[in-house]
Amino acid sequence: MQLIIGFAKGSNGRRRPLFARSPEQLDQLILEDNPPLNLAVYLRKPEIKRLGKAGVVATPAILRSVLQLAAENQYHDSEALFLALDADGAVVELSAVDQIAAFVSSSPNTPFPSGDGIQSKDREERFAYWQQEFERCIRCYACRASCPMCYCEQCIADSNQPQWVPVPPHTLGNLEWHVARAMHLAGRCVGCGACSKACPAGIPLGLMNQFLAELVEKEFGQRAGMATKLDYPLSVFNVKDREDFIK
Amino acid sequence: MTMIDRKLLKKESVGPLMAVLRDSGRRIIAPQSVGSAPGAWYRELGPEDELDLEHLTTLSPKSAFLPMVEEILRFRNEGKRIVIDDCKIQAQPTVIFGSRPCDTRALHALDAVFLRQPEDMFFREKRAATTVITFSCAAADPDCFCTSVGGGPRDPEGSDLLVTGIGNDCWLVEVWTLKGKQVVELAPHLFQPAGEVETECLVAKVPVRFSLDDVRKHLPVLFNDEEFWREQSLACLGCSSCAFVCPNCSCFDIQDEADLKGGSRLRCWDSCGQKLFTLHASGHNPRGGQSQRWRQRVMHKFSYLPEKEGLIGCVGCGRCSRACPADMNLVERLTAIAEARV
Amino acid sequence: MTADNVYQPYLMRIERAIDEAPGIKTFRLLFQDEESGKNFQFRAGQFGEYSVFGEGESTFCIASSPTRKGYIECTFRQTGRVTAALAGLNEGDTIGFRGPYGNVFPLEDWKGKNLLFIAGGIALPPLRCVIWNALDLRENFRDVSILYGARSVGDLVYKYELDEWGKRDDVRLATTVDPGGEAPDWKGEVGFVPHVLEKMNPSSDNTIALVCGPPIMIKLTLPVLAKLGFAPGDTFTTLENRMKCGVGKCGRCNVGKYYVCVDGPVFTLEQLQGMPNEY
Repeated sequence: MQLIIGFAKGSNGRRRPLFARSPEQLDQLILEDNPPLNLAVYLRKPEIKRLGKAGVVATPAILRSVLQLAAENQYHDSEALFLALDADGAVVELSAVDQIAAFVSSSPNTPFPSGDGIQSKDREERFAYWQQEFERCIRCYACRASCPMCYCEQCIADSNQPQWVPVPPHTLGNLEWHVARAMHLAGRCVGCGACSKACPAGIPLGLMNQFLAELVEKEFGQRAGMATKLDYPLSVFNVKDREDFIK
Repeated sequence: MTMIDRKLLKKESVGPLMAVLRDSGRRIIAPQSVGSAPGAWYRELGPEDELDLEHLTTLSPKSAFLPMVEEILRFRNEGKRIVIDDCKIQAQPTVIFGSRPCDTRALHALDAVFLRQPEDMFFREKRAATTVITFSCAAADPDCFCTSVGGGPRDPEGSDLLVTGIGNDCWLVEVWTLKGKQVVELAPHLFQPAGEVETECLVAKVPVRFSLDDVRKHLPVLFNDEEFWREQSLACLGCSSCAFVCPNCSCFDIQDEADLKGGSRLRCWDSCGQKLFTLHASGHNPRGGQSQRWRQRVMHKFSYLPEKEGLIGCVGCGRCSRACPADMNLVERLTAIAEARV
Repeated sequence: MTADNVYQPYLMRIERAIDEAPGIKTFRLLFQDEESGKNFQFRAGQFGEYSVFGEGESTFCIASSPTRKGYIECTFRQTGRVTAALAGLNEGDTIGFRGPYGNVFPLEDWKGKNLLFIAGGIALPPLRCVIWNALDLRENFRDVSILYGARSVGDLVYKYELDEWGKRDDVRLATTVDPGGEAPDWKGEVGFVPHVLEKMNPSSDNTIALVCGPPIMIKLTLPVLAKLGFAPGDTFTTLENRMKCGVGKCGRCNVGKYYVCVDGPVFTLEQLQGMPNEY
């Protein structure tokens, strides 16, 4: 291993990603209960990859992200080493995808966080809520940049032939962007919450992804970051797929 | 800048002052809380809205001069002909009530870009129609570094009125321009003469955190040190948060939105931190790596802009450090540059 | 119509559309407003922002000479959204034009000098403007030499003008195609532009060199010019960078402290050597 990726104390009470390559840097490593970022997002960055094989201080969210990436052919066996804590607090080293899958399935399944009550509101109220939230969106794409699943070399928002998503950050364009992103993450989002934490406007973006994650689990029995093989509901046709939700 | 006048304003007079401003046809942009969003947000202040001068704003008031989205051309199709229609240039008279010395200073950098020939009249009209009332900072947080870049918590640069707390629910109002004088003259009964109150001024202490001179000296030398910039930008995720919350950043994109009947050409915020910013149609990208984009951000603000316009492209507001999801922290990066052995 | 709006284009009618090469077209444009057309002036080297209303704007040099009044021409390759939309337009259609922007080739400084033009592929248009400008004022200059190359015979632009230049006895023209790009009846050179330049062995004495081409051609041509004794201050090129506003405000084309749209696009090699390599 050439580097350890974890968290260190940051500035002004914050936490920051640490890319430790020396004993002095390693001394800065801390265990972070409320990570501001999903470190898995750095695994595919060329700037990090060129530093060598990484060991990652892994939370359950990171492990599930890696599993999902593996299922999508974006992470390969033993590309990195993950240092996780088991139920007794002992350090477990995980490298092969199957190892990670076994560890994740033996860990308690974290329930989806409750959605602040917005889910229980009716359609009009929910739409008004999101319109108010997206009026603040400055289209900085911090949500996309902080998400390990947003690894597309050319994002749909970057395309201008055709212009799928309007570039200007008016409320309608912002709505289109966030709906497009949520749809592209349906069944893929592991619920790490990095997007909500990254948003400088304080928009609870994770709620949209959570809504779709719950829907996919209910309708297709799928949850992201649990399996090593991709069985992605939106790209796989199964004769047994229920259609009773189509009205 | 020379001060024209000094007055006192009681906090209880703010409501009546807002009413007078509104009656005079001015709209008021002021920091307020919005829904459940954290911090304060510059929004139009209505008669029922509450001012929030306690919390830091995530964004600067620059959108009052450079909106996030702005129509710069309107056109329509008339059969085979294209007709260009008027678009809105006239700006509504506006008062920004509750800017900070850092945000107000940044207006000079925006002026340097948009008022340079050929003038951008969208910006010019808004600038001419806006009165800036700045509030000195009684508190600062560790991310603030205005004093390291030539500013300060009570810097009047760019302000029409500078308001400083002096305790007892009272403010000292310094009139720095004729525009500021006009505001005071709208409601002279709300202002009292100011005596000797200098010692009572509530102003934060913001220590200087790095040597700007050393930063400027070292940057041209460090330019070709690729490893230096790579190390600095390892954590950078390549979003535009820093550029968009920054009061100085002014780079923009131009996008057309139209249907068969016609449409608009829109100007919207953009950032050099995005990969697409410099991407050629051929696929060639002059700044294809994140470290090059990070270097550009620092060089542009602290080296190119000073050389070209004689001003620093940063006012030390610290918003970038607060907004960055990866805690890049500009002060730490600049300190490393100032202390680099070149 | 708000006259003061720096982002408002002239309305132009496509008077002529010519297919130069696969994917490359030339438009001859007339000002819809005759007054504007009569008053319009520009100098060689300047560019414009050409609009397809609803799609966006694209940056091309003004490829016609400022000595020819009443119209302007642009040549472009279909590469992206706006150029695709432009390529789909026909004679009689309307587009927008904002300009003239940028700095100029200082032809007045070159009186009595020899001019050497070196261009490759789609990069002939910016120099074509200067070539016709110089030929229209032929008595101001001594020898005029043109070296132009493209990947293949089909990729040469302004084929009809190459014929014209070749027939003139006051112009020395050499055309070349890459090895493998020649046609059976090809009478020009075969070889990459830098090699043909070395073969030509032009004198650098009292000569201004103007070079425009794809980055790889420029990279290999500049050392040849240096070997031939051309001073960096006498070697001119044009830079291309992604642009939007064209007037030095949006920040996109920024290279160091320069804006390619305002301080360029014409730069001497000497100036380039003092700029960060971010273009």
